[in-house]
Amino acid sequence: MWDFVLSALRAAIPAGTPLLLAALGEVYAERSGVLNLGVEGMMIIGAVTGFGVAHATGNVWLGLAAAPLAGGAVALSHAFFSITLRVNQVVSGIGHTMLGLGLSGLIGQRYIGLPLGARMPPLYGYDPVVYFAAAMMPVLWFVLYRTRWGLTLRSVGENPAAADALGVNVIGVRYLAVGFGGLMAGLGGAYLSIVYAPAWIEGMTAGAGWIVIALTSFAMWDPRRAMAGAYLFGGVRVLQYRLQPLGVSPNLLNMLPFLMTIVVLMFSAREALRKRIGAPAALMIPFVREER
Amino acid sequence: MKIERRVEPSRLVKIAAPVVSLLLALGAIAVLFAVLRVNPLVAYREIFRGAFGSLYGLSETVTKTIPLLLVGVGLVLAYRAQVWNIGAEGQLLMGAIAATGVALRFPNLPAMFLAGFVAGALWALIPAALKVWSRVDEVLTSLMLVYVAREAVNYLIYGPWKGAESRGFPLTDEFVEAARLPVIGWSRIHYPTLILALVAAGFVFVLIGHTKIGFEIRVTGENQAAARYAGMSYGKIVLLVMGLSGGLAGIAGVGEVAGIHHRLLNPGGISPGYGFSGIIVAWLARLNPLGAIVSAFLLGGLLVGGDAIQVSLGLPAATTEIFNGMILLFVVGGEVMTRYQIRWS
Amino acid sequence: MTPSVEMRGIRKRFVGVTANDGIDVEVRKGEIIGLLGENGAGKTTLMNILYGLYQPDAGEIFINGQKVAIHSPRDAMRLGIGMIHQQFRLVASHTVAENVVLGLPEKFFRPDRAARGKLEEFSRKYGLRVDFDAPVWHLSAGEQQRVEILKALWRGAKMLILDEPTSMLTPGEIEDLLTTVRRMAAEGHSVIFITHKLNEITAFTDRVTVLRQGKVVATREAKDTNERELARLMVGREVLFRLDKTPARAGKPVLQIEGLRVLNDKGLEAVKNVTLSVAAGEIVGIAGVAGNGQRELIQAIVGLRPVAGGRIRIRGDGFSYVPGEQRIGVVPSMSVAENFVLKRYRHRPFAKGLFLRRAEIARHADGLIASYSIVTPSRDTPIRLLSGGNIQRVILARECSGTAALLVAEHPTSGVDVGATETIRQLLLQQRALGTAMLLVSEDLEEVLQMSDRVAVMFNGEIMGIVPASTDVETIGRMMAGIHREGA
Repeated sequence: MWDFVLSALRAAIPAGTPLLLAALGEVYAERSGVLNLGVEGMMIIGAVTGFGVAHATGNVWLGLAAAPLAGGAVALSHAFFSITLRVNQVVSGIGHTMLGLGLSGLIGQRYIGLPLGARMPPLYGYDPVVYFAAAMMPVLWFVLYRTRWGLTLRSVGENPAAADALGVNVIGVRYLAVGFGGLMAGLGGAYLSIVYAPAWIEGMTAGAGWIVIALTSFAMWDPRRAMAGAYLFGGVRVLQYRLQPLGVSPNLLNMLPFLMTIVVLMFSAREALRKRIGAPAALMIPFVREER
Repeated sequence: MKIERRVEPSRLVKIAAPVVSLLLALGAIAVLFAVLRVNPLVAYREIFRGAFGSLYGLSETVTKTIPLLLVGVGLVLAYRAQVWNIGAEGQLLMGAIAATGVALRFPNLPAMFLAGFVAGALWALIPAALKVWSRVDEVLTSLMLVYVAREAVNYLIYGPWKGAESRGFPLTDEFVEAARLPVIGWSRIHYPTLILALVAAGFVFVLIGHTKIGFEIRVTGENQAAARYAGMSYGKIVLLVMGLSGGLAGIAGVGEVAGIHHRLLNPGGISPGYGFSGIIVAWLARLNPLGAIVSAFLLGGLLVGGDAIQVSLGLPAATTEIFNGMILLFVVGGEVMTRYQIRWS
Repeated sequence: MTPSVEMRGIRKRFVGVTANDGIDVEVRKGEIIGLLGENGAGKTTLMNILYGLYQPDAGEIFINGQKVAIHSPRDAMRLGIGMIHQQFRLVASHTVAENVVLGLPEKFFRPDRAARGKLEEFSRKYGLRVDFDAPVWHLSAGEQQRVEILKALWRGAKMLILDEPTSMLTPGEIEDLLTTVRRMAAEGHSVIFITHKLNEITAFTDRVTVLRQGKVVATREAKDTNERELARLMVGREVLFRLDKTPARAGKPVLQIEGLRVLNDKGLEAVKNVTLSVAAGEIVGIAGVAGNGQRELIQAIVGLRPVAGGRIRIRGDGFSYVPGEQRIGVVPSMSVAENFVLKRYRHRPFAKGLFLRRAEIARHADGLIASYSIVTPSRDTPIRLLSGGNIQRVILARECSGTAALLVAEHPTSGVDVGATETIRQLLLQQRALGTAMLLVSEDLEEVLQMSDRVAVMFNGEIMGIVPASTDVETIGRMMAGIHREGA
């Protein structure tokens, strides 16, 4: 029994790593005041791009390098719609997710069933990306709370007019933050297809992107809590696999992460009310300077 | 040349914008196809032929219009109140489940429709309740319930309701005659549901424009602060529009299982994403319930055409998502046209 | 070197309105000049252009005789120009230090901590004392303003633009601001003081430029002019300083509040044990600096905020409410006609059963448009296309044409030009003559004192006293600052 729990905990970390990567990025994006509902699309585009490049070149590192670029490209498009065109951010996010899912399905058609020759070299039981993701958390926390860049980012998300009056390029900061979010989401998706599976399956993110968005609120936009939440959901995923052979209905198990997400959302809503901490004050509000 | 803010878009601009956006979206997809080495001219020809080129195609388009219109009209209602119901797909599936449950025990069409409506409405009321009482945003909660609904369907068809097997997918037993919807001639158009859909469009139109509740919905959707000032109950509006849109999606689900498949089958077979395409139907119609009739028909055609090129060009099912996403983005991006104009000096 | 600033021929148009129409303005070193004009005259637009937030359609700016182009606040700051807006541009959840150093290129790691020593020195030099570690939302309006001034001075501003700086301050804090401004002028800084309040011109400034409808109408030395002349220049005609008011004929009490307690959004007490009553045919004004509980008091009376203790009783059928923010009172994209029935759409004759009766709504709208002289292309025009003054007239028409015995009016003339202001005040006085009980809240102390029969002064959630409106301003000012109490 104890072995079961321990090994489940150990397995939760790689399972939670794609969520962690994407969540860290989403925290930055939302901190700038832009809601990014396109994470699912960016993750899956990253997954198919990463797999494709890794397969073509036989080099996993190249795959992991190309994926963020693809995710970032989708993010920049979402940024254009949300920041420059100032359309409804919810709709833009959903549209980009649909586009991402569709495109990845089309591009990935040729990769279905193909094995990936190259492999990640293991490092003390985990792969290097796991360590990278875990290390990114304190780095991103530090940048966010202890540096000039982080102060600027947080200010843009709380009161863009204040930042703008002091000469901060609000639009530029938002584009960068959203782009970064896409980068990390793409990387998270590529981790799934190159390391975790490794394979390309259509729709393989299976809603992970939505869970990431929920995690971001649960994390109160703080990278530390994002990590805790990501590994928590990694654990749920692991639990799904481990409980199945014990006779529990696979369908009910599949529901688990999504039901958990709803629970997590309820919990963070209540907490936000109690602690009176909330989202970045300017979240989802487009910034316009010259308007009468 | 200068880009200036419009004071008030003319009627022409308001109608032209989505049309132009749609055309631009199709153009963008053509470019995408070309890049991915799919001949766009061939693709579009096949789409058009498949959807509108034959009587059969046309009937299929109408068949697909039915669920799209039901879902789309429901979403128009919700979105007018700024309640972002993204879970119509799940509400549709729950309607299908409820209809099947009734059909297998008590085959009676009105009962099935009622059950489907109620099931869809209840499924939508979960995120609605969470929004009203726990201040949880409805976007993610309604969406998560889509995944849960899909698993629920799978659970039933692999488990307690498992019938004979067919083509590797499990499904329930076929419905008896009394639980099947009549169709027009040799087509698959289950006209009772079609009538319900058209009635729903008219109903929502009258509701929004000519009733007290519709007034409240419009005020709430635009300015929550003013709604509160006017003494309107936000909670009541949220619950009402979510319940109605969920119920309409549920009816769409009933139509699919009782009118086309005559059984409950795998989620992807019941709905190739009508719940999500419905979002595009609503948005393309600029949240106008009568306009939704046109946009549902157009999107129905696109879906039928999409099926056609899947077969003839060997494209994956995900291709439809590309259309969905691109059209949605261009339509929503195209709204910029109604806000700004170009001044030539 | 302190810049002398010259703006020549500045022109700026927005959609449908010319905000600045060929304006020439000059500021010399060490000078405090006032920019006077009513709401909408173009003062803030002009200064936003100087600060780089807007770009002029035409005109030139010279600093120390050199022509410059100011494309952004960064350019302005580099040229030594700083601006303090009417709505503070501060990040409420961040500390004072974090707000001051925001956007500056030095110190990558913990920029707020690194600058501390210098910041303290700076604040001592200018007499602007503030707690650098406090989160901004903890501070009073006067303290927040000090942070804004510090921000500008920290960035080397030699010229400061103050946009309506006294709107949120108590009379005592206004004195402090005057001292600070004079100190800065003595140190060689120039100050541009934007205001629509006439008494501030004589108190604060050396010279005043008067704007009207986007143009400069006059420039005077402050000592060479008086309030009456300035008012005439500002408005273009003689302005009546005393409203025609018949003496109050107060009837039975319509609104009775006893021991009221209300909590604010943070769960703290915003209204503490307030007891107040308003009789038919009388206007009771609530005076006080914004943020002392007036908003929560009104919200509790009109039902937008729960009552935590005490009682509110309103006699008769309900109340009318003119909200402090226009955005609460109207639905922008809906038509004028629909906005007229925003609160009565449920009742006859506007509704029958489940349905709205459009013909009745239209007829009602036509009537109100005529009797309240509302300027609109048609009754179906989306209300957002109307001017601010006309929107306010719609709100007033709606609220005054009801049958309620109580009218609650919050900032009824804020943001409205002088012509409409007079009309609105007359409308309110008419209601009073008809026997309506009225509760008036306004940040414009002069308006409160002129309109009301009795004045209740609020400070820190409590009523410091309920006195006749003819009481001297000094006493009222001291009550507003919390240093004086009067038996009710």
